[in-house]
Amino acid sequence: MRRIPILAQMRASVGLQRSMLLIGLVLTSVYVLTAIFAPLIAPYGFAQLRSDGVPFGAQQAPSATHLWGTTVGGYDVLSRVIWGAQTAILTVIVSVVLAIFAGIFLGLVSGYFGGWLDRILVLVCDAVYAFPSLLLAIVMSIALSGGQSSLWGGILAASISITVVFIPQYFRVIRAETVRIKSEAYIESAQVIGTRAPRIMARHVLRNATRTLPLILTLNSSEALLTLAGLGFLGFGIEPTAAAEWGYDLNKAISDVTSGIWWTSVYPGLAIVLTVLGITLVGESLNDLADPRLRGRRAAADGVPQAPATPASDVQVVSAGKEQEVVN
Amino acid sequence: MTSETAVVARPKPGRRRRSVPGGGGLWRYLLIRFLLIIPTVFILVTLVFFLMRSTGDPITAALGGRLSGPQLAERIAAAGYDRPLMVQYLEYLGQILRADFGRTISDNRPVTEVLFTYGAATLELAFYALVVAFIVGIPLGMLAAYFRDRAPDAFLRVFAILCYATPVFFAGLILKLVFAVGLKVLPVAGRASTGAELQIQFLPNKTGIYLIDAIATGNQAVVNDVLLHAVLPGVTLGLLTAGVFLRLVRTNLIGTLGTDYVDSARSRGVSELRLVRTHAYRPALIPIITVMGLQIALLLGGAVLTETTFEWKGLGFQLAQYLQARDFVAVQGIVVLLAVVVALTNFLVDVIAAIIDPRVRY
Repeated sequence: MRRIPILAQMRASVGLQRSMLLIGLVLTSVYVLTAIFAPLIAPYGFAQLRSDGVPFGAQQAPSATHLWGTTVGGYDVLSRVIWGAQTAILTVIVSVVLAIFAGIFLGLVSGYFGGWLDRILVLVCDAVYAFPSLLLAIVMSIALSGGQSSLWGGILAASISITVVFIPQYFRVIRAETVRIKSEAYIESAQVIGTRAPRIMARHVLRNATRTLPLILTLNSSEALLTLAGLGFLGFGIEPTAAAEWGYDLNKAISDVTSGIWWTSVYPGLAIVLTVLGITLVGESLNDLADPRLRGRRAAADGVPQAPATPASDVQVVSAGKEQEVVN
Repeated sequence: MTSETAVVARPKPGRRRRSVPGGGGLWRYLLIRFLLIIPTVFILVTLVFFLMRSTGDPITAALGGRLSGPQLAERIAAAGYDRPLMVQYLEYLGQILRADFGRTISDNRPVTEVLFTYGAATLELAFYALVVAFIVGIPLGMLAAYFRDRAPDAFLRVFAILCYATPVFFAGLILKLVFAVGLKVLPVAGRASTGAELQIQFLPNKTGIYLIDAIATGNQAVVNDVLLHAVLPGVTLGLLTAGVFLRLVRTNLIGTLGTDYVDSARSRGVSELRLVRTHAYRPALIPIITVMGLQIALLLGGAVLTETTFEWKGLGFQLAQYLQARDFVAVQGIVVLLAVVVALTNFLVDVIAAIIDPRVRY
C-alpha cells in the first residue's frame, strides 16, 4: 500500500525535489538490504573475537583482514556496523508498528466517543508529547528491563520505550481527523441506520483518517533510530554480545577519540547519519509534495495551470490542509 | 493580514467583541494556560514514579549485588520502601511540594542540591546552544527562502537535514576528533582547565554558571579558558537546533512570501531582499516561537548526550552517571525537574505567542 503513493510522488516531483527523493530512496534501500542480508555480507559475527583461534586484537587499525579495524573490545568494526543495521531495523519496525496500532486505537476511541475519557487521554498525551523523548525512553527501559538487556529483551525495551514517545503523535493526528470526520453526513447516516460504533470506526472513520500517516511514519522511523542510538550511547541499549548496536559502539569509542583512534567512531556514526538521512529525505520530500505551499513550482515551469492531475496528488492536497488544522 | 483576521473573527463576533475592549481576554487566557501546567506536571510525576517502581525498589537496584539479604531488607525498611506503593506515592507527592526530592543512594546527597549544582551547568550549555542556533539557523533560513529552489537553497536544506540526522554525540565526537585531537586548537573535554577551575572554586559567591563566575574573578585568562571550553559543546548542541530553526524559518517565510500583502508590496516595487527582511519576517516569527517551545525538550534531551560526550559536568552528565550506578532516586529527581522546566518553558512560549498575536488568545 505504501509503495504506490511513493511512486505517485516520484512522478509528481521535479528537479531538486526529485533528486532528494531519489537519494533518500537509494540510501533507505541500501540500509534495508544490508539489514536483510547482514549474515551474508558481514565478514565475521557481531560478537566474534577470534577467527581460527587467533584473537583479532583490540583497536587494530584498518587492514586487509579487518577493513574498518577493530574496537576497544576486540570486535570487527565492519561486521558490527553491518549487523547493527539489523538491530536498528528490527527496533524501528517493532516500535513504529506498536505505536501505530496503539495510537490509532486510542485516537479513534477518544475522538469518536469524546467525553471525559477523551479529555484525560488528550491531557496525558499532551504531557507525554512535551517531554524529552530520550528521557522518557530511559525511564521506560528502566521500567521494562531494569536497564539490562538481551537481544530481544533489548530490542523490545528500546522499541516499547520509543513507542510510548510516538503514541501521542499518532493519537493527535487520528483524533483530530476522527473528530472532523465524525460530523460528516455519511457518518450520521450510518448511525441513523443503526450501524454499531466499532463498525463505523473501522469502516468509515479509520479509512478516511489514515491519509497523513505515511508522512509521520517516515519521520518517526528516523526518530526511532536516533532514540535507539541515544539509549545505546548512554549505556542503556543492548549488550554487545547479544547484538550489534551503533550507539553502544559509539559510547565505547569516546575514549578512543581522545587518543586519535578514529575508525571505531566514524564508521558506526556514519551508518547512523546515512540511514537517518535517507529516511528523512524520503519523509521530507513526501511532506513537501503534500504541501501545496512547498511543492516545486511545476505548474509555473510548465506554463500550464496544473489542476491535481492524479487521484493520488488530489488526496495529498486535501490531507495537507488537514495537517495544518492539526498543527494549529 | 487583515483578510486573515477577518476570516477568523467572523464565526464568533460576539465573543471577540467581549474579550477585546477590556483586555481581559489575554489575562484569562494566561490564567487558564498557567493552571494547565498543574495537571501536566502531575501526570508526568505520576507516570515517572510508577514506571520507575515497576521493577522494584531503588535500594535493591543500586546495592542488590553488594549487600546480603538481611542487610538489604534492613535498609529497605529504614528508607520506607517496604510500605504499600500508594502510601509511598502520596508521600512522594508531599515531598515534591516541599521541593524535597530525597537523597541519592550512591553518594548520599540531597537530590535538590545535585539539581542546583549541576542545573547551572546545563543552563549554561543550553544558552550557548541557543545562541549558536539563532546565529546559524535564522539567517540561513532567510537565505534559503530567498533562494528558493535554487542551488543555495538545496545546499542549505541538505545541511539542515544533516544537522538533524547526525546524532549529537557523533557530531560531538567528530568535532572533537578534528578540532581537539587533530588540529589541537580547542580543549578535548570539561568546562574549564584545572587552573581556571580552581580560581572559580575559590570565589565567595559562585553562581555555578562558569562564564559569569569567570568574569567575576576579573582574570581575562580564566574567561578565555571558559569560553574556549564552551565552543565545541555549544556548537554541537547548537547545530542540532539550528537545523530545525533553518527549516522552520524557510517554510514559514515561503508561506508568508506568497500572501497578498507581500504581493502588493512587491507590486509597489519593494526589493525582494527587503520583502524577506521586513514584510514576511515578522508574521513568520509566530510559528517559529511556538515550535521553539517544543525545541526546549529536544535541546534538553540533546544536552544529556552532549554533556556525556564532552564530560560537561551538568545534569545530563550526572544523569548518565546515576543511570550507570542504578541510582534511581537521583534519576527520578533529575527527570522530574526537567519535566517541570519543559512545562514552564512551554507556558512562557505560549505567553509570548499570545502577546505577539492576538488571534492566539481564543
